[in-house]
Amino acid sequence: MTFQERYLLKVEGLTVSFDGFKAVDDLSFYIEPNECRVIIGPNGAGKTTVLDLICGRTRATDGSVTFRDNELLKMREDQIVHAGVGRKFQTPSVYEDLTVFENLEISYPSGYSVFGALAFRRNENVQQRINEIAETIFLEDMLSEKAAFLSHGQKQWLEIGMLLIQDPELLMLDEPVAGMSVAERKKTAELLKRIIQDRSVIVIEHDMGFVEDIATRVNVLHQGKMLSEGSMAHVKADPKVIEVYLGH
Amino acid sequence: MTFSKTPLFSRSEIIGFAVLAVLIFLILPTFLGTFRLNLFGKYLTYAFVAVGLALCWGAGGILSLGQGVFFGLGGYCMAMFLKLEASTPENTSIQSTPGIPDFMDWNQLTELPAWWIPFHSLTFSLIAVVLVPVTFAFFIGVAMFRRRVGGVYFAIITQAFAAILTILIIGQQGYTGGVNGITDLRTLNGWNIRTGEAKEILYYVNGVLLFAVLFVAHFVRKSKLGRILIAMRDQEDRVRFSGYDVASFKIFIFCLGAAFAGIGGAMFTLQVGFMSPTLVGIVPSIEMVIFCAVGGRLSILGAVYGALLVNWAKTSFSESFPELWLFGLGGLFIAVVMLFPNGLAGIWTEQIMPRLSKLWTARARRAPQTHNASTEKRGAV
Repeated sequence: MTFQERYLLKVEGLTVSFDGFKAVDDLSFYIEPNECRVIIGPNGAGKTTVLDLICGRTRATDGSVTFRDNELLKMREDQIVHAGVGRKFQTPSVYEDLTVFENLEISYPSGYSVFGALAFRRNENVQQRINEIAETIFLEDMLSEKAAFLSHGQKQWLEIGMLLIQDPELLMLDEPVAGMSVAERKKTAELLKRIIQDRSVIVIEHDMGFVEDIATRVNVLHQGKMLSEGSMAHVKADPKVIEVYLGH
Repeated sequence: MTFSKTPLFSRSEIIGFAVLAVLIFLILPTFLGTFRLNLFGKYLTYAFVAVGLALCWGAGGILSLGQGVFFGLGGYCMAMFLKLEASTPENTSIQSTPGIPDFMDWNQLTELPAWWIPFHSLTFSLIAVVLVPVTFAFFIGVAMFRRRVGGVYFAIITQAFAAILTILIIGQQGYTGGVNGITDLRTLNGWNIRTGEAKEILYYVNGVLLFAVLFVAHFVRKSKLGRILIAMRDQEDRVRFSGYDVASFKIFIFCLGAAFAGIGGAMFTLQVGFMSPTLVGIVPSIEMVIFCAVGGRLSILGAVYGALLVNWAKTSFSESFPELWLFGLGGLFIAVVMLFPNGLAGIWTEQIMPRLSKLWTARARRAPQTHNASTEKRGAV
C-alpha cells in the first residue's frame, strides 16, 4: 500500500495564529480509513480549532490538510462537504423552525444549487432514506415534530443524523455526548459505535470511559501542540499526558 | 406516516388565496369608485415589494432597508418609456429642442442622452423593468453576501443605497427630471392611461400581476429552497456545512425580491402617472418594511394585507392629521414588533384560527360521528 492510499486525511504542519497567538502550532497527524481518532486535551488546547481548520470554518495560517487528493485549505466550506467531510458542532445546530423530517431533508445530498433546490422533489428514495436515518437516530416517531420541541439529546442525535444522511467518508464530532443525561449518553455511545464502523471519525471528547470505548488511536493536544499520540493505553501511561491532563 | 403527498397548496392556503382574489377582483371594484379604486391599485403596487420582503426578510432573515431603490428603478424604466412617448416633436414644439422630454429642455440639454434611446422600445422597457433592478440587486448581493456581510450591517448599507440613489436622481436633473421626477405621462403605445376606464383596466392588470408574483413566491416558499432560507435564518453555519453555498441562495432571493419590487414600481408609474425620487428614498423604503411587518413577515398573503391596511390608514389619517401620520406609523411599527411580532398573519393563525377550529370541532362533536380528532389537528396546523 502506498502512502497516498494508506491515509484518508493528512494534516501536516498545520498552524493558525490569531494576532500572534498560535492556537494550533505546527500540528501533524494522519488518519487511516475506518479509524476512530479521539482528540483529547485540556480546555484551550486547540481541539475545536483543529476541526474548524479542517472543515474550512477557520482559515489556516500555514500547513496543509489533504483529504484523499484534495487540498482542503484551498476549498470553500461547501466544497469540503462535497469532498466527503462532515462536521458536527459542539452545541446542537438544528433548524428549530423546521420539522425533523425537513431538517434531515435539507441534508439529503441532492439539489445543492439554487435551481436544484427549486426543482427538488420528495421522491421514494428521499423518504426511504430519511426514514432509515430517523430510525438509526431514535427519532422515527418524531418526524413531523418541529426540531424546537426536541430535548437537548434528541437535537444532538438529529444533527448526527443530518450528517449521516450525507454519508461522509470522514465524520468530525465535537463533544457528541456533552450535556446529555446518563440514559441519553448510553444510547449515544451505542449509536456512535454503530456509525463509526464504515467511515473514519475524528471525535473530541472529555469522557474518558467513552474514549476508551471507541478510540482506535488518541491524540493529546496541549497549547496547540501535539503532546502525545498512540493507543489509549500508551497515552495513559505517558508521563507528559499525566502531568498536564489526566492528573496524578 | 407518509410524506409522499406534499401538494403545492394546502386547503387553508387555497382558501387564503381565494379570499384575497375575491377581495381584489370583486369586493374592492364593486364598492369603490374609480378614484378610490385607483388609490387601492396604488397601495397594491407596494404589496409587490412587501411580498418580496416576506421572502427576503421573513423567510431568509435578510433585512433590506433599500427596497425603494428597486421599486424606483422599475418605476423609472416604465416612466422613461412613457415620457419618450409623450414627448413627440408635435407635443413639444414650443421647446427649443422639440422631441426630447420637457425637463431636459429646461436643463439646456439639446439632445436625448444615449442611455435614454433604448427606452423608445416598449419591449426593451418592459424587460428593463425587471432586469435593471435585478442586475443592481445582483451586484449588491455579490458584493455583500460573498463577503458575508449580513444582519444590521447589510440593512444599513441598503439604506445607504437608497440615500445615494435619491441624491443621484435629484442631482442629475437634466437626465432624470430631478426632484419633480418624471411627470406628465400620457399614453402607453397610443393608449391613453389617464382615462377612468384605463385606470380600471390597469387596476385589474395590477391585480393579475400581483397574483402571478404571489404564486411564484408561494412556489419558492414551498420548495426546498424555501426551507433552506428558513434554515439559513436560524443556523447559517449548519447550512453551509451541510454543503450549500449560502451566499448564492441569499443573492437569489434578494434578486427575486428586487424583481418583484421593480414590477410594483412599473405598475405604480402606470397607475399614478408619474415617478419621483420621493418614492425611492429612505423613508419609503422603511415604510415598505413596515407594510411587511404589519402584515406578518412570515406570510406572503399577510404582506398584501399589510400594504393595503397601512396605506389605507395613511391616506385616511393624513387627510385629517397630516403632521401626525409619521408618528402614527412609528407607533404602529413599535406596537407590532412588541405585541404582534408575526403581524396580522400571526393574529390570524395564532388567535383566530384555533378559536374557529375549536368552534368547528365543538359543532362536529354534537353530531354522532367520531372523526373530530383529525379535524382538530388539521385546524391547528
